[in-house]
Amino acid sequence: MENVFSHHISGISFMTQLSLLRVTVRRLKFQLLAHRWWDEQGEYSALHSMNDIRVPFIRDTVLNMGNTYQRGSPLSGIKILDVGCGGGLLSEPLGRLGASVTGIDPLEENIRVADQHKSFDPVLAKRIQYKSSSLEEIVEESVEMFDVIVASEVVEHVADLEMFIKCCCQVLKPGGSLFVTTINKTQLSYILGIVVAEKIAGIVPEGTHDWEKFVPPEELEQLLEANGFSVKTVNGILYNPLTGSWSWIESTSINYALHAVKSGSQAETSQTEPLSEMESEQCSATAGTNV
Amino acid sequence: MQVWDACSEAIITFEKDDLDDMGYIVENDVIMSALTKQLDAVADRVEVFYGSRAVGYTWPLPSHSSDTSPWVQIELADGRRLQTKLLIGADGHNSVVRKEAEIQNIEHQYDQSAVVATLHLSEATDNNVAWQRFLPTGPIALLPWSNVNHSDFIDAAGAMFRSALSLLKPSGTAVRQLPPSVAEVDPESRAVFPLGMGHAAQYVRHRVALIGDAAHRVHPLAGQGVNLGFGDIACLAHHLSAAAFNGQDLGSLKHLLRFETERQRHNVSLIAAIDLLKRLYSTSLSPLVLLRTWGLQATNALPPIKEQIMAFASK
Repeated sequence: MENVFSHHISGISFMTQLSLLRVTVRRLKFQLLAHRWWDEQGEYSALHSMNDIRVPFIRDTVLNMGNTYQRGSPLSGIKILDVGCGGGLLSEPLGRLGASVTGIDPLEENIRVADQHKSFDPVLAKRIQYKSSSLEEIVEESVEMFDVIVASEVVEHVADLEMFIKCCCQVLKPGGSLFVTTINKTQLSYILGIVVAEKIAGIVPEGTHDWEKFVPPEELEQLLEANGFSVKTVNGILYNPLTGSWSWIESTSINYALHAVKSGSQAETSQTEPLSEMESEQCSATAGTNV
Repeated sequence: MQVWDACSEAIITFEKDDLDDMGYIVENDVIMSALTKQLDAVADRVEVFYGSRAVGYTWPLPSHSSDTSPWVQIELADGRRLQTKLLIGADGHNSVVRKEAEIQNIEHQYDQSAVVATLHLSEATDNNVAWQRFLPTGPIALLPWSNVNHSDFIDAAGAMFRSALSLLKPSGTAVRQLPPSVAEVDPESRAVFPLGMGHAAQYVRHRVALIGDAAHRVHPLAGQGVNLGFGDIACLAHHLSAAAFNGQDLGSLKHLLRFETERQRHNVSLIAAIDLLKRLYSTSLSPLVLLRTWGLQATNALPPIKEQIMAFASK
């Protein structure tokens, strides 16, 4: 490796050398972080494969709530807020299904990774907006803005859960949906979620989770119902480290997924597109039987 | 369908008594015309560049670096550049996509060529029976084509166009249908192509999938080559559709690997069986002739096995 001082002779100052080096190091660190997030077999492989559970869960719940189904674009017209979006692992598939997604994350590096990753896909680049911010910070400018909020693997990291839920309620439209995936606070979740997942099998980077902050579904349900939500579904999910895949299970002892609806007006989300002739006929035909 | 051995009296017939046909013989031009019609119907979603050729491919780097696009870049002969999330290589057994992607291909040339011609039959028949006879030099098959007494004649008996037509007349006393006599060969309809076997070590890579002969190449003796390709298409379309409904990146290896596993499981056994059959019927060594004779007679005598074979081949 050449001596930095030799460059001084060729006209490039030492300070420029140093700053060039710093830029290169920063770029390398950024690329490493981007690679960590988006390597499907890497550190976050469990989060990648969790999309096989979370995306259909969100998609089917929204469709079942009477959304007009556009072929190829089941979530078109739906505004989604992805809280704690990280590198954008969940925002992208939701964007591909037609939703307008806003992804927020407190860590600026994550937002930069997410922005860069979506930039190559012209469709996603328009559908997804990322912002480095916490939920509280965007409440003021986003009152009743979103049809759906997704807080996946987030509430176990939040300091004030009740405040978090209150903010979710504020930015959701009446009748809007909140989707949460998180970890239960049980002995089993300590053994599997911390000891095995972090320390032994390395499924999750060590130090990711603090067992004290895990949230039992009963507590979450209680907080939600007390703050303007009606809990519709709570279901357990399980990660199989051998196959690298998730599945739905009866028990909520370890991981679980929850769907709640903001009470307010009707349970159905309001249509933003004009109804086609056939659909308005169907609507008036069933209007008498709607609750 | 009636198939019989050259060196012995062994014969096997496949017949379906119910109304479903065992199979269909469709001329290539008819398929092309149907496909073109379908493509025109979805012109808003599918763009076809006729008369164009890809001259270069740039593959995405495995790591997600900031400067280069993570998609496959394709350069066309006319200078246009395309980029795609998923490149499907359907470019035949000499696949350029496969070579450029550096996917290893296990291949073996049979020292044989196939001769294809259209024949006019001398007498009016129902023309709904396929005939195949295994000769030591290779199989001869007569495939019904149209009601106007045409038949596709495939003779894999080396480059020479022998008077093997006379061999189509069976000898012996077994109860069998007689194949129709050939009146003449359609001029300009004869073609020759070399035969070989090939199988790609992988059908998929990140953002690449191989289908049809690009992935696997078989001897035509079982008439399964294009069917394997159709099976590949149905399977890939199914997996891509499921991935799209989950909002996934279509070029992602996860579902591409599922396609590969499913098709390899199906294809490899069939390809191996065809190759084995070819080798088995290429010999006139007595023990092997005895073995295959016995095998053919035994299979002919067991309806359940024949039904299984018909079901598999008609899929």
